[in-house]
Amino acid sequence: MAAKAEFPGYLRQDGRKGIRNTILVVYLVECAHHVAREIVYPYRKQGVHLIGFSGCYPNQYAFDMMARLCTHPNTGGALLVSLGCESFDRRGLAETIAGSGRPVETLVIQEKGGTLSTVEQGQAWLGETLAGLEESTPLVTMAVDELVVGAICGGSDATSGITANPAIGRCFDLLVENSARAIFEEGGELIGCERIMAERAVTPELGEEILATMEKTAHYYTTMGHGSFAVGNADGGLSTVEEKSMGAYAKSGSSPISGLIKPGDVPPSGGLYLLDIVPDGGARFGFPNINDNAEIAELIACGAHMTLFSTGRGSVVGSAISPVIKVCANPDTFRRMAGDMDVDAGRILEGRATLDEVGEEIFSQVLAVAGGAPTKSESLGHQEFVLTYKSFEPIGPACLPV
Amino acid sequence: MDRAQIGLLLRISDEDNVYVLLRNMAAGTVLQLGEQETAYETGLELGHKIAARDIAAGEKIIKYGAPIGSATRDIRAGEHVHVHNIKSDYLPTYTLDPITD
Repeated sequence: MAAKAEFPGYLRQDGRKGIRNTILVVYLVECAHHVAREIVYPYRKQGVHLIGFSGCYPNQYAFDMMARLCTHPNTGGALLVSLGCESFDRRGLAETIAGSGRPVETLVIQEKGGTLSTVEQGQAWLGETLAGLEESTPLVTMAVDELVVGAICGGSDATSGITANPAIGRCFDLLVENSARAIFEEGGELIGCERIMAERAVTPELGEEILATMEKTAHYYTTMGHGSFAVGNADGGLSTVEEKSMGAYAKSGSSPISGLIKPGDVPPSGGLYLLDIVPDGGARFGFPNINDNAEIAELIACGAHMTLFSTGRGSVVGSAISPVIKVCANPDTFRRMAGDMDVDAGRILEGRATLDEVGEEIFSQVLAVAGGAPTKSESLGHQEFVLTYKSFEPIGPACLPV
Repeated sequence: MDRAQIGLLLRISDEDNVYVLLRNMAAGTVLQLGEQETAYETGLELGHKIAARDIAAGEKIIKYGAPIGSATRDIRAGEHVHVHNIKSDYLPTYTLDPITD
């Protein structure tokens, strides 16, 4: 299925194109969260999203994530809100954003006279920036091969691995066929699939890197005492850890794996990429990702214009910056929560659609959302965002062979 | 496959030797696969696996076109495939505890 579809894109100075033109209000420590939220409130339905980092202590990963998110192609500008005494390098972040050609302002609450006056100044900046935003952002033509799409699953049940995940896999095959960049993420839920994944790598060296990453993952989860296979899984008909992992792995489709990336690495060209979300250097900061939104934020930091989210039990989340397309695996959940779901993959269970048909429907939704159609979570105002402490080593040359 | 079973059993990948139940199967159901009839005294919930053909002890169980474990005994076509007759092949070499037999 070749897609000739073209849609408008916001051209950024680095040549990348966005499908949204969002202004971010960024709190740089939890102490600035309330002020930032108050600034956003009247603008929350006008394309202004709230993101932030809660920690007071410095962390390179958090800085790099913020830099990527504030210069993401869907991001049109950023307002940084600092308390003043936190360790986050607000000057470095502001310079990075300004250097990308985007409007940026920093408000330090301790210097601006406290809560009320900072809120006032922040809203004034937002008003001015929004007024000139569309005019100052060049709108150009964008095609499928310029899209970056991520996939995750959350709130899974016995249906996830049968309907939504393989259907997302079909969509991923169509994306890769059309030279888009598709990213699936790897946490403990892929343990048991490492050999199969390694065989799909475009070079043996990349296969070795994938095996090494999975070894790191298994060590990490063992240290955390967090097994992947639970009794509830067996009740749902899953017999082995590799069966459970295959269900999650089905999201990746059947294309060769072109590269292994880490949060913040943007895939260099069309193809399928595996995102390693497990920190390097041992289990220092707790669980790799404390919830689904932490993973979505990492996919976005890798340039994802949107995320395909497979859910069986019924997650309602969306995300700041990049829209989330909810693919519902379970037909009963879909009927119960239709207002939150974009695709009814449970039709496969009831003989009302095939995997291929649902895969093509997801692909059509990707194109529609790229063209500006809001997803369910997007129009409901979901803008969840989480960023925690982590550490990563840079990827080696074998990870991106092409 | 019997006409009544269409919409009940899904083979996810062509190479799979197991079907997946697409909906809950009531107690008393008789499955017919080829020559083989299997009567289910108790029901099975959706997501559970049914052998698509006879599988010999030691043979790989294939789902999603990939091995998800091995048969621990002979399994007849139509039989429930689960923890009682298959086991993980995944050698947990990556756990911190060495494997001892």
